[in-house]
Amino acid sequence: MAYSVTTQTPASRIAALLGAILIIVLLVLPFFAGRGTIQDMFFILTMLVLAQFWNLLAGYGGLVSIGQQAFVGMGAYALFGAVILWGLDPVPSILLAGVAALIIAVPTAFFAFRLNGAYFAIGTWVIAEVVRLLVAQWKTLGGGTGTSLPRDATRDMWFVEVIENTLGVRSAAARDILAYWLALTLALATIGGIYWLLRTRRGLALAAVRDNTEAAKSVGVDAGRMKWIVFLTSAFGTGLAGGLIYMQKARISPDAAFSVTDWTAYVIFIVVIGGIGTIEGPIIGVLVFFALQSLLADFGSWYLMTLGVLAIIIMLVAPRGLWGLLSERTGLHLFPIRRRLSGGKLNLSKE
Amino acid sequence: MSILSLKSVSKSFGALTVTDDANFEVPQGQALGIIGPNGAGKSTLFNLITGNIGADRGSIHFEGRDVTKVSAMERCLSGIGRSFQIPQPFEKLTVYENLLVAATHGRNLSERDVRDDCADVLERTELIQHANVPAGQLSLLERKRLELSRAMATQPKLLLLDEIAGGLTEGECQALIRTIKDIHAQGVTIIWIEHVLHALTSVVERLLVLDFGKVIGLGDPEEIMASREVREIYLGIEV
Repeated sequence: MAYSVTTQTPASRIAALLGAILIIVLLVLPFFAGRGTIQDMFFILTMLVLAQFWNLLAGYGGLVSIGQQAFVGMGAYALFGAVILWGLDPVPSILLAGVAALIIAVPTAFFAFRLNGAYFAIGTWVIAEVVRLLVAQWKTLGGGTGTSLPRDATRDMWFVEVIENTLGVRSAAARDILAYWLALTLALATIGGIYWLLRTRRGLALAAVRDNTEAAKSVGVDAGRMKWIVFLTSAFGTGLAGGLIYMQKARISPDAAFSVTDWTAYVIFIVVIGGIGTIEGPIIGVLVFFALQSLLADFGSWYLMTLGVLAIIIMLVAPRGLWGLLSERTGLHLFPIRRRLSGGKLNLSKE
Repeated sequence: MSILSLKSVSKSFGALTVTDDANFEVPQGQALGIIGPNGAGKSTLFNLITGNIGADRGSIHFEGRDVTKVSAMERCLSGIGRSFQIPQPFEKLTVYENLLVAATHGRNLSERDVRDDCADVLERTELIQHANVPAGQLSLLERKRLELSRAMATQPKLLLLDEIAGGLTEGECQALIRTIKDIHAQGVTIIWIEHVLHALTSVVERLLVLDFGKVIGLGDPEEIMASREVREIYLGIEV
């Protein structure tokens, strides 16, 4: 009997079906949900995108960066620059946001890849601070105090009028719905793209480099190239998310757009709580994070302390996060990547 | 024609010279054994050949090409495969996936193209029943077999084996010898570092003795084992 390889499991087929239903519900959500829900969902989806890319970097690539705010801020400022200086529409400018993040990622990687582990983490943070200080010198975009998107640019944004007429909502609500749909598209493309990557032989190489770099090189894996691919992909996606987040906010300042707390610390919290090195982890993590934020929003600094304590407890009790805990107990994988060999001389009952 | 040649290769870590002016050639298709006491520089010699560490002086040629400055990754692609003395599995990947990484990247082929080859290697090294087990859960012996399997999955022209027989029972050792003879019979050049001398001498055609980073003997295994120098070094640890 010949050998065959499968990645799917019965549970993952059910998960794929439920996932398809969930995607349809999310797509039509603006037809029946209120504006508050749409704004919350926008927040959840954009944080999910940031978390998935940080997870790709740290969980799969072993590159623990605490400088992702450089790409959020750079993307956001590129979008504002394209709209204010070149008069472009904000929607296509989101792509420029990704490209701008990619452009600064190249020199960042060039410097940061000389460092390892904790030094790499600090190095990325320092570079992000340098970028923030440089952008704060950009007087046409408001310097240190920041600026807003011009009113006519946001009013005449692509698709807004169509949404206004179709759903019978005001311009401001239509802009939120547009941002939500863009965020949903980005989140689905991100998860789909990462899942696809992990199922290719590059995904295998990534896992090999993470587990043992020297051994990976000895079996022909180009470890250096894998790091570049992961770093640049993450920067591009993080830049897209940054552009989108600030398109929705329509107001920017260097301190907000390059905030290490908002765009890296919270993101690390989401990934660690949910489960690093899995696609499911950031999804669980972002839901927990949103629930905590809603519950504790009125408690000021107690909120941050609760997040910190919770993160420490999870790291001690379940180092692989909530999803890791669940998946260990149940053997459940919603996004299966394990290649299971069967047939031939393999006796399946002996596994 | 020699597949591998080392000319005046030296390597020091600080004041400690671990490889001291190594000069030798390995003819195509030969099996060469390397012996020497602990700390003689055997594994360092492997790391120099595979490119995991760089040489301070001298040159290394593989199939006539100077590979002294070539990376470990490229040396693997050109046909040098290795096992590590301390097993270095990709722990979170399964045994089968460990081989897949090696086969797809070491031979630059798709997963589908190498599936049956990987399964075949696992059958030969008797790991097939563990194909879907994460490598981190394997016993030491199974890890050693995985080291050999993963190196074989790259289909090397030159296979470097670093102490893979240590700790095996006599039966397991005989099975390993059969596997290695089998690989050798297919024309693969082998360099094998081993303390289990009877396993080594039943396979190799030539023996190289290292001591304090220096090559102190190279030749017919029987003559080498009979020499006074080697007997002195191995007195007490001879099996």
